[in-house]
Amino acid sequence: MKPAAFDYHRPTDVAAALALLDLHGADGKVLAGGQSLVAAMNFRLARPGVLIDVNRLAELDYLRVEGGHLRIGALTRHAAFHRPVVEGPLGRLLSRVVDHVAHYPIRQRGTFAGSLAHADPASEWCLAATVLDAEIVVRNLRGERLIPAAAFFKGTFTTALEPDELIIEIRLPLLDAGWQGGFSEFSRRAGDFALAMALAALKVEGGIIRAAKLGIGGVADRAIRLSGIEAALVGREATESSFRAAGAEASHALEPGADIHASSGYRRDLIAAMVTRALAEAAA
Amino acid sequence: MHSIGRPLKRLEDRPLLTGAGRFAADIAFPGQVTMRVVRSPVAFGRLLAIDASAALACPGVLAVWTAADVADLPPIDFRMTKIDGLEPYRQPVLARDFVRYVGEPVAVVFAADPYAAEDAADLVFCEIDDLSPCLDPLAEPGEFAPGASTLRTEPAVLRKGYGDLDAAFAQAHAVVELAVSIGRHSGIPLETRGAVAILGDDDVLTLHGAAKVVHYNRDAIARMLGRDPAKLQLSECHVGGGFGIRGEIYPEDVLACAAALRLRRPVRWIEDRREHQIAANHSRDQSHRLRAAVDGRGFILGLDVCFFTDQGAYIRTHGATVSDLAAALLPGPYIVPAYRVEGHIRLTNKTPSGTYRAPGRYETTFARERLIDAIAHRLGLDPVAVRRVNLIPETAMPFDRGIDALGTHVVYDSGKYHDLLERALGHLGYPALKDEIAARRATGEAVGLGLAFFVEKSGLGPRDLARVSVAGDGAVRIVTGACSIGQGVETAMAQICAETLRVPIDRMTVVHGQTREIPIGFGAYASRVTVMTGSAVKLATEDLLGQASRIAGRLLQADPAVLAYRDGAFLHPDTGASVDLATIASQSAEGLTGEGLFETSHMNYPYGVHVAQVRIDRETCGVSVERYLVAYDIGRAINPMLVEGQIVGAAVQGIGGALLEEFVYDPDGQPLATSFADYLMPTSREAPPVDVLLREDAPSPLNPLGVKGAGEGGLTAVGAAIASAVDDALGRPGLVSRLPITPDFLHGALAAPAGR
Repeated sequence: MKPAAFDYHRPTDVAAALALLDLHGADGKVLAGGQSLVAAMNFRLARPGVLIDVNRLAELDYLRVEGGHLRIGALTRHAAFHRPVVEGPLGRLLSRVVDHVAHYPIRQRGTFAGSLAHADPASEWCLAATVLDAEIVVRNLRGERLIPAAAFFKGTFTTALEPDELIIEIRLPLLDAGWQGGFSEFSRRAGDFALAMALAALKVEGGIIRAAKLGIGGVADRAIRLSGIEAALVGREATESSFRAAGAEASHALEPGADIHASSGYRRDLIAAMVTRALAEAAA
Repeated sequence: MHSIGRPLKRLEDRPLLTGAGRFAADIAFPGQVTMRVVRSPVAFGRLLAIDASAALACPGVLAVWTAADVADLPPIDFRMTKIDGLEPYRQPVLARDFVRYVGEPVAVVFAADPYAAEDAADLVFCEIDDLSPCLDPLAEPGEFAPGASTLRTEPAVLRKGYGDLDAAFAQAHAVVELAVSIGRHSGIPLETRGAVAILGDDDVLTLHGAAKVVHYNRDAIARMLGRDPAKLQLSECHVGGGFGIRGEIYPEDVLACAAALRLRRPVRWIEDRREHQIAANHSRDQSHRLRAAVDGRGFILGLDVCFFTDQGAYIRTHGATVSDLAAALLPGPYIVPAYRVEGHIRLTNKTPSGTYRAPGRYETTFARERLIDAIAHRLGLDPVAVRRVNLIPETAMPFDRGIDALGTHVVYDSGKYHDLLERALGHLGYPALKDEIAARRATGEAVGLGLAFFVEKSGLGPRDLARVSVAGDGAVRIVTGACSIGQGVETAMAQICAETLRVPIDRMTVVHGQTREIPIGFGAYASRVTVMTGSAVKLATEDLLGQASRIAGRLLQADPAVLAYRDGAFLHPDTGASVDLATIASQSAEGLTGEGLFETSHMNYPYGVHVAQVRIDRETCGVSVERYLVAYDIGRAINPMLVEGQIVGAAVQGIGGALLEEFVYDPDGQPLATSFADYLMPTSREAPPVDVLLREDAPSPLNPLGVKGAGEGGLTAVGAAIASAVDDALGRPGLVSRLPITPDFLHGALAAPAGR
């Protein structure tokens, strides 16, 4: 469990990092928190020829609200979200979710942007980005582009990111005070990868759901946005029976994957429970 | 001031807590060579050829060995429970002709550093003709080496028993049958194994990183190498967990020694985590079929058992130990007047297995206690009442089981089983607790209680030697043949010595795990150190004090019999003159050293009760252990704090085996739990508060301290108690028939119709 040989660069500004990415292309790999990449390298499942360490790119270490968005600089660590980073439902929801991102030491090192770039199907941040309509700002030497989360995730460990591109920031639209978030995850042990999870946000007025965002993770090759169920929820009463119906429908939205910890049928029932619980929390 | 029985802080903690610990990977020598093992990528196949040319061409590579290079090394022999017919199934140090499991060593690379070694190892190509692997120990035995021998994959069947079983079944009120299985898991020390071998200028080869049984291993490795045992030393470093699996001789230990001799360079092998999961001993993995003839009260008249142990690809050092213990100790705390057992040792194409903390007892306690629950359910009786009816009464002690285990006759030396059961229930406020659980269940919660009784065994002989000496500065040195795998050997031995010597333990140094220091040592396993080595230390200390008393008499010109001994000094009651041990040591020509040899031909038998309270989330099938009690009688606790630590740690390990840990294989025999992401150890978040009720009501009459071993009983009944609690929580008696109780398993079991 020693990595294969690699070259290592630690640029101190984004321009230099982009130049290195441009030079090395597919042979280069960005090192941020390293909490997934380094383990994969030690198992020799990943053998990048060149590591470009972005930890010295101070210009990407920020969190700010601008233009109706929470802007998460690419160097923001998971632990930054332990306390709500913005007033209102979005900050509260992210703070709720981060407790499920691996373990405390890992959260001190791993980054939000790194999770998105890695695109693990059981990543809480990938689910949050998918459900909360994130936009991912990526840049290469030739310029910058904005990729909506719906177009960013392509499958297990696969994204729309080109080899020469670096994530600069993630933009999450703020949720006004009418919204409330909910999250539910089941894993074998605290901090393990989710066997299933659901993230929801609801706008409820007079007991009636006026708007809904809903998605599930850990059950397919990427987080799944349940747009049809979102639409069906709007106009319905914010009650346990509505949420159970949504959970039941979600469990039939796809054929969940199987692994040594969970069969497909078990995951299907977990989806129903997670969706029901996330919605109930979002309406509580 | 007594030393025994006090919760003194551990002597061994300072280096560990200050970062001064020296584990195997901390041992390094100038000019050392890294050894990297090339392992079989397939579960079963004919090994046709190995091409090492690309590896040999790598920079920094000194040598690559395959079986042909170590043809002079015999297979690794059995340390324990050597029964007829097992020899052909021993593991060679490097695979010859066949590979039999994923992870089997097929070659070793020696290189300048770990990176170069791993690079080169990746370039060793094995040409293997794949064969269809056997992964089911219950399937008809197949060929061990197709075309090469007629050996079958059932090396042995153990048979034990006593009493008139036919008569028991003929008069049965009911016959209760049960089939249960215990998954494949093992002790997983957080420090992986390591072997660092160096040949000294004096032609003495030293193996660092040894553990558990260094004297036996020195002799066995010397035999394999054809070397005079006097020219081989084994030296234990700090050890980050043993649990039975660490410290047995594995191929890597022998290869590191052979290489240090041949290459004339220090050779260092440090196991990585993935290797550990596929190379070090697995354990458990038994399937039991039980039939009990019972009377109307649930009393077991006769018990007929057939079980299968999946020993993996080869028979390693433990021989038939696990199956032997399982067969002999399955009846546990119950009278069982007639018993017959047939234990099948089966080989499959998985990592070979051996003993893991409470070997044979964790498995059989699960099987037996599930059976008691099934009897209670069948007869409509209270499961605790059925246990009361079957427990061996105090008046029957010592209780001769009429059966042998590990070559010793099983005689339960002492025990007040009923008394401990009532104390455990009283400690919990059992009736009120049951009411509280019932009230919660009435609100829809799936919460339940489970209880299991067990008998452990400890203090395996045959003997142990200890030497205690006092230096001129008053320092006390205790030399033992024990090994320390983290259990607190130094503190326990020092407290036993201090009880007699009456000096503070911080003046004591305890030596363990060093073959050069003492000629006899049987090491640390089978909960034997405190019993065996502890008794030897007591005898050695008494011997030392006797000598000191004679010298004190001479120095004080008095009859030794009139001298009083207090706090490390002899005092003349009339003159008031005194002389302390340091002075005696410095003024005695021969120094001051006592020796004690303790021998026994019997094990002793601690016993206990576990009670688990669990809550189940019906939707996720997740099981949370809310509360856990271990009531354990160990005769006498040398240091109750250390005992409690042993028990709590063991209970959490047991929860791992009950709910989380499993070595899973795919249909091709590829291991799927090769990292801590998939092999799930319990963490602090999964560990419940563990309540320990430590009792000393039944001291062992078999040793001068009255002690019984405390190392394993925290683990023994965890699977049984949690299974029972899960049944209770869900109101589905008999639902749990296997371990681990994973959420996926529960989901499937709950989906099946009730009352199968």
